[in-house]
Parts: sequence; structure tokens; C-alpha cells
Amino acid sequence: MTITVAGNKKEYEEGINVTTLIEKEQVENAEYVTITLNDEFVDRRQFESTVLKDGDTVEFLYFMGGGAR
Amino acid sequence: MGIVIKMKKSDYNKILGHCQKGLPNEACGLLAGTVEGEVKTVTKVYLLTNLDASNEHFSMDPREQLQALKDARAEGVEIIANFHSHPESPSRPSEEDKRLAYDSSLEYLILSLMEPEKPVLKAFGIDGEKNVTIHDIEYAGD
Repeated sequence: MTITVAGNKKEYEEGINVTTLIEKEQVENAEYVTITLNDEFVDRRQFESTVLKDGDTVEFLYFMGGGAR
Repeated sequence: MGIVIKMKKSDYNKILGHCQKGLPNEACGLLAGTVEGEVKTVTKVYLLTNLDASNEHFSMDPREQLQALKDARAEGVEIIANFHSHPESPSRPSEEDKRLAYDSSLEYLILSLMEPEKPVLKAFGIDGEKNVTIHDIEYAGD
């Protein structure tokens, strides 16, 4: 099946979940990444149970923040 | 020659205006553009909301982040940098800035407004080991 990951169309096996996708994509500092699936934010607790399907679009968004001190 | 960020003066003015408008709090945003070797050229500035509404901390709104990412991609460019202001401190990454710099491919720009008449914008690379490298900013056109 074809999934668009960070703007790139990629082939993945059926039944892959978000956790496995993050591993396969070798996302740097994955614990600080927010995931959107078809423009909806996915709760981190749902990564394992969220199974991707053909045509899905996934984005990885790093938390962006900081402090002056 | 190291990494150079090229930016139009008008884009600098957008960043400056957003950060001044955000005072006394920190302001933040994203920069989209192109990367050719060590030259990173800014083509668009996204002015984001600091969800923390604080003068010493910022968190970008992830929904606005997503919109900026999609808009940049639609224009055939990528997010190459983020920026935030330091209303009362110098233009250098704080320990918190370094700790929260999770994407080593990005440029991290900091605008200091501690001297209101002399704003200072600097660009930094922050690698996975939190080593900081200062990068030049070249201004072109208007």
C-alpha cells in the first residue's frame, strides 16, 4: 500500500501501525515528535493501535520550544 | 565557508515586527526556503503563536506548524529554520533552547530585543550532542 510520509509517497506492508512506521522511518528523537494522520493529531497513546491504510498521509512534527534562561 | 542563511531585508523586518508586537513575551515562527549545499535561502516567513505567552519561554502551536509545513511543501520549498525572540537576554541559545532543539537539520534563529534600538538576529546550528555553531546571515534585496 502507498502512504505519503512527510510529503513522500512510500510503499509499506498492509497492517503497519504508527509505532512501526516511526521505527522504519528512523525518526530522530522520536519521543518528541507529534504525528498527524490525514491532518488529525494522533495521541501518543494511540500510536500502537493506529493502523495505517492505503492513501494515508502522515506528518512528523517536532515539538518546537525553548526558553530564554 | 560555513553555512550561510540568505534572507531578504523584508523578511527580516517581518520577523522583527512580529517579535516586537509580541513583547513583553517571546515570539516565534518558522522560515521556509531552499538548501543548496551550505547556502540556505529563506523564501517565506511564518509568524506563529507562542502558546506559552511567556517572556522567558515559547512553545509553537503545532496546528500552525502543520499549516506552515503544508504551505511550504505546496510551494516546493521546505521548513529550514525556526526563530524566536529573547526579549531581555542576548541572542544565543539558552540551555533550554539547546535541550529542546530536537531537529539538527534546522537552523535556530534568535532575535534579541534586550536593547530595543539595537535588535540582534543570529543563526545557530545545534547538533544532536547539543554543540552550537554560529552561522552567518546575509541580507539581500528588500
